[in-house]
Amino acid sequence: MTMWGAVLIGCAACFVLKAAGYVVPARWLEGRVVSRVTTLLPVALLAALVAVQSFTTDGRLVLDARLAAVVVAVVLLSLRANFVVVVLAAAVVAAALRAVGWVA
Amino acid sequence: MTGATSDTRRREVVRQSWSVGIATGAYGISFGALAVAAGLTVWQAQALSALMFTGGSQFAFVGIVGSGGLAAAPAAIATAAMLGVRNGLYALQTSRLLAVRGHRRVAAAHLTIDESTAVSVAQAEPTLGRVGFWHTGIAVFVLWNAATLAGALVGNALGDPRRYGLDAAASAAFCALLWPRLTTPQARLTAGIAIVIALGISPSVAAGIPVLAASLAAVGVGVISARSARSARDGAGREDRPTEDAP
Repeated sequence: MTMWGAVLIGCAACFVLKAAGYVVPARWLEGRVVSRVTTLLPVALLAALVAVQSFTTDGRLVLDARLAAVVVAVVLLSLRANFVVVVLAAAVVAAALRAVGWVA
Repeated sequence: MTGATSDTRRREVVRQSWSVGIATGAYGISFGALAVAAGLTVWQAQALSALMFTGGSQFAFVGIVGSGGLAAAPAAIATAAMLGVRNGLYALQTSRLLAVRGHRRVAAAHLTIDESTAVSVAQAEPTLGRVGFWHTGIAVFVLWNAATLAGALVGNALGDPRRYGLDAAASAAFCALLWPRLTTPQARLTAGIAIVIALGISPSVAAGIPVLAASLAAVGVGVISARSARSARDGAGREDRPTEDAP
């Protein structure tokens, strides 16, 4: 698969899911178990993405400047800072720690 | 209601829609920069914003191909699709409200995302809900795509993403997308189990698989909590309680 192929297949899959909600009868998805699982699905995937993105490099567990950045992000989120502030602050913290050579 | 009040309220909804569009568009810059840092071209980043057009899935896609390259592409597609499932659930609500056919239905489907749904369902009347849906959807689409292009061009000019902390910015972006969803004990438990699964298997499986495998946390907690809610309800012989985690 080329990167363009992957991009376009991903786009098609996401569009089909959106369109499905306009086509399938609502009662297919109204079960209690289905609604719990679909509510929790983004939580599981995003939490795993945070963990993998922050604490692994090429599959190995690694603690580096990203840990400090995540701590700063969590503190700012608990203070209700907005998305752009959180992302910028995390980048600045990681870049600064690397620039002074404290962590990789 | 007089025509004048109706116009005022309509203007308020339009203003609200465009402020949501501006706020969301702003983080399109971080998406564009992270996408090129992950190895995508400017046009591939742009294609994701124009055609995938659902932020969480886009960030996940570039995060996974960024760490695993093309070998991780199938996992990136699968994760992006799973994060896109919620748009289909939003569509169940917005389709009733919008009642559109033909090419307008295709446009409505494409614009069905967190923001357009949130603004539309927050309105007291169906007419205002429709105004909110279309204005928010179009505002986010236009500004998100413009910001992606700007971010991708800036990211390309920067060079080594780690030097500017762009890898940490990606972590923070996922934290910020996750944070508002951690409102219930089940959600926090799911997140905890997902992190343990992902980090636990990461050294022994291919890139992209840890995130996919973590979806099992949602299935496990979802099934068990639905069962225990049912047995608690049956045991106490009460009416169905409102769930605290309605989407």
